[in-house]
Amino acid sequence: MSTLPVKREKSNKRKYFMEKLSGKVFLFCALLSVISLLLIIGFVFFKGSKPFIGEGYSIVDFLFGNDWVPSENQFGIFPMIVASIYATIGALIIGVPVGLFTAIFLAEIAPKSIAKIISPAVQLLAGIPSVLYGVFGLAVIVPFLQNQLGLIKGQSLIAVILVLAIMMLPTVVTVAETAIRAVPKSYREGSLALGASQIGTIFKVVVPSAKSGIMTAVVLGMGRAIGETMAVILVAGNSLIIPTSLTDSIRPLTTNIALEMGYAFGTHQEMLFATGIVLFSFILLLNFVLARISSKGGN
Amino acid sequence: MRKLKDLILLGLLWFAAFLTVAVLVTIVGFIFYKGIGLISFDFIFGDYSPSGGGGIWPMVVTTIYTIVISLLIATPIGILAAVYLQEYAKQGRMVRIIRFATESLTGIPSIIYGLFGAVFFVTTLKLGMSIIAASLTLTIIILPVIIRTTEESLKTVPQSYREGSLALGTTKLQTLYKVILPSAMPGILSGIILSMGRIIGESAAIFLTAGTVAAMPESIFSSARTLTVHSYLVTQEAGDIELAAAIGIILIAIILILNFSATWISKKLNKADY
Amino acid sequence: MYTTILEPKMVKDEKSTVTETPETKTKIHVENLNLFYGEKQALFDVSIDIKEKEVTALIGPSGCGKSTFLRTLNRMNDLIEGVKISGKIIIDDENIYESNDVIKLRTKVGMVFQKPNLFPMSIYDNVAYGPRMQGIKNKAILNEIVENSLRGAAIWDEVQDRLKSSALGLSGGQQQRVCIARAIAMKPDVILMDEPTSALDPISTLKIEELIAAMKKDYTIVIVTHNMQQAARVSDKTAFFLNGEIIEFDETSKIFSMPSDQRTEDYVTGRFG
Repeated sequence: MSTLPVKREKSNKRKYFMEKLSGKVFLFCALLSVISLLLIIGFVFFKGSKPFIGEGYSIVDFLFGNDWVPSENQFGIFPMIVASIYATIGALIIGVPVGLFTAIFLAEIAPKSIAKIISPAVQLLAGIPSVLYGVFGLAVIVPFLQNQLGLIKGQSLIAVILVLAIMMLPTVVTVAETAIRAVPKSYREGSLALGASQIGTIFKVVVPSAKSGIMTAVVLGMGRAIGETMAVILVAGNSLIIPTSLTDSIRPLTTNIALEMGYAFGTHQEMLFATGIVLFSFILLLNFVLARISSKGGN
Repeated sequence: MRKLKDLILLGLLWFAAFLTVAVLVTIVGFIFYKGIGLISFDFIFGDYSPSGGGGIWPMVVTTIYTIVISLLIATPIGILAAVYLQEYAKQGRMVRIIRFATESLTGIPSIIYGLFGAVFFVTTLKLGMSIIAASLTLTIIILPVIIRTTEESLKTVPQSYREGSLALGTTKLQTLYKVILPSAMPGILSGIILSMGRIIGESAAIFLTAGTVAAMPESIFSSARTLTVHSYLVTQEAGDIELAAAIGIILIAIILILNFSATWISKKLNKADY
Repeated sequence: MYTTILEPKMVKDEKSTVTETPETKTKIHVENLNLFYGEKQALFDVSIDIKEKEVTALIGPSGCGKSTFLRTLNRMNDLIEGVKISGKIIIDDENIYESNDVIKLRTKVGMVFQKPNLFPMSIYDNVAYGPRMQGIKNKAILNEIVENSLRGAAIWDEVQDRLKSSALGLSGGQQQRVCIARAIAMKPDVILMDEPTSALDPISTLKIEELIAAMKKDYTIVIVTHNMQQAARVSDKTAFFLNGEIIEFDETSKIFSMPSDQRTEDYVTGRFG
């Protein structure tokens, strides 16, 4: 008589089948990120380890050798490692304090009307292609350094540091500001009620409470700095020397890959993948160290 | 003494904020100042000319190709992956592994993606330096972004919607596409727009996978330049700051439009609920 | 043709009058039901017979397991990870935990939740949601189902001229009655109500209580309530839950006037809870 209950019975089998099938499809989609990661690690490591496993090159010579002359089969990346470390640390030294202080200013000091304009604007700047920072660096910072410091070539470690520091600012400011704003009001009120000044409260109570968020800001900023390639090429100068001063021209790990990948083949190309592995390991290591620091600070 | 210290710190806070704003305003101002002279209808829609003075239309087309292809692939996969993590998976090792992989993908610098794309898509899959190879590489780059933003917006869908729907004898799948995904749509859309920004800003990975041919791509299997790569190359090879800045204006304008539309969409869709 | 689709109740009534009188027929038979959240046991040997076309109230202090028990009847607890169940729940000669057709179970056993949980859609789409998901696409049928369901939930007059506007624009009480309409639209035999008035004002509460009284002739209703007056007003039978056990189950009038267990008396007289 009634069609509704009949319909229930009939279609349910198909529904349960679809249910099972869709679950499997969704799982497969989720597994694609695992598969991608494994493929990336697999291919980069496979290619990059070939010279050391099959072709008798020494890892020590690779990591600590000073000469990179692909035409003579000399592949030492020590100057690039040093350059990458210097550039990243330098950018952090400038970018983090400025970014953090700006974030504190926006979250705690600035009048609401001002913060409401600046915060979204800074956020927007985080989305600007990093190449444009490099263009600015080449057109403005490099000539400025050249003129002011009387350098033959303005492209230098300090130029890289400045460009990377500027580039990480929006990221650091945005993430740190969010973290600081998330600190409960009651913390501030508690401190102010005890007679602490506004500035004292900010630095003794608010900032420490937002520590993990601030750490995230630093890690993200650092990630942007150490991984940046094209903007850095424009201002680094690309000299294969161990930098001894801020005004030396440098070639960090990333730029080495981008500059030579286009024409490299054979062992030379594999060595670029090996350079990639080193870069990869650096990022893992730095993330690990920062995670340790922040968890220790938490205790 | 304490007061003095407070004053100095306060001064530093103002100074830092001033510095940040000044630097960022300078950069944007510089790009506009240098590039605005070149902006014209012909510049955007004109064909490229190797001798200079031409337009950037081939690069605009290439950029659009990469955006469309990588979104077409990454969006469904990313959304369904997020659905699996939030709605289907039992908490346990599998979910931890998938989460770890997704987070790790976020941390990989784009030059490594470029290396991978060059050896996997370009060489192993024999796609050659091409728009499709670059788009597939970009797919992996934006996948974690889409997964994360979709997960976040799925979290905001009230549990009561799920219960209400399932209690009516519907399947999880029906509940998903009739109730949960529509409610999560604003968040998902802003995630998609965010990834468009990421694609537009990308340079190193595309540089190594799409190559640098400055011409209108014949198909998605042609090598070509995106706007960002073009902006890099004209600076690096020709030192043409004006041209790079003019491309920069276009890029910034696109990013602005994307951001505003993201805000607008999520506001509009949120309002529609009430 | 369509009217027969819309009146499956009548068919069932005929059948039940042939076999048993409505007063005596057991709709839901629960035997030795135990429920665990992981290691923690939440229900202990619950046994109860819920009669057809009666209102059965479940009362007890917070955390006594009455809501948990209610949710075993349409297997909503399946959504929570780590829930284990032993014992029997038999609805219409079928052990619902043995038959794995949860979809069928939930179309037969509808539910109304503590807070109105309408979807962000129009009133019409909310009520038509369930039938549509069962594959009913015919406009005329859907229109009739929606109208009859809204009438059945005593909300038709208030919403008939705004069916296409968002359901979330209604007041809390109206929303809850649309939720009831949404459940009715599935033509269930049983309707579970989990503190349906706890989020509502007294006037809306009264309307829902009147509605429950009217719905009794068509549905078997199981209602969890915090409000003892409500239990006394709307239910035929009342079960008193304490610490995951049923302490006492009897005619509502008896539970509230001369309970046989001291703990029931303490609770209904307001000494704890």
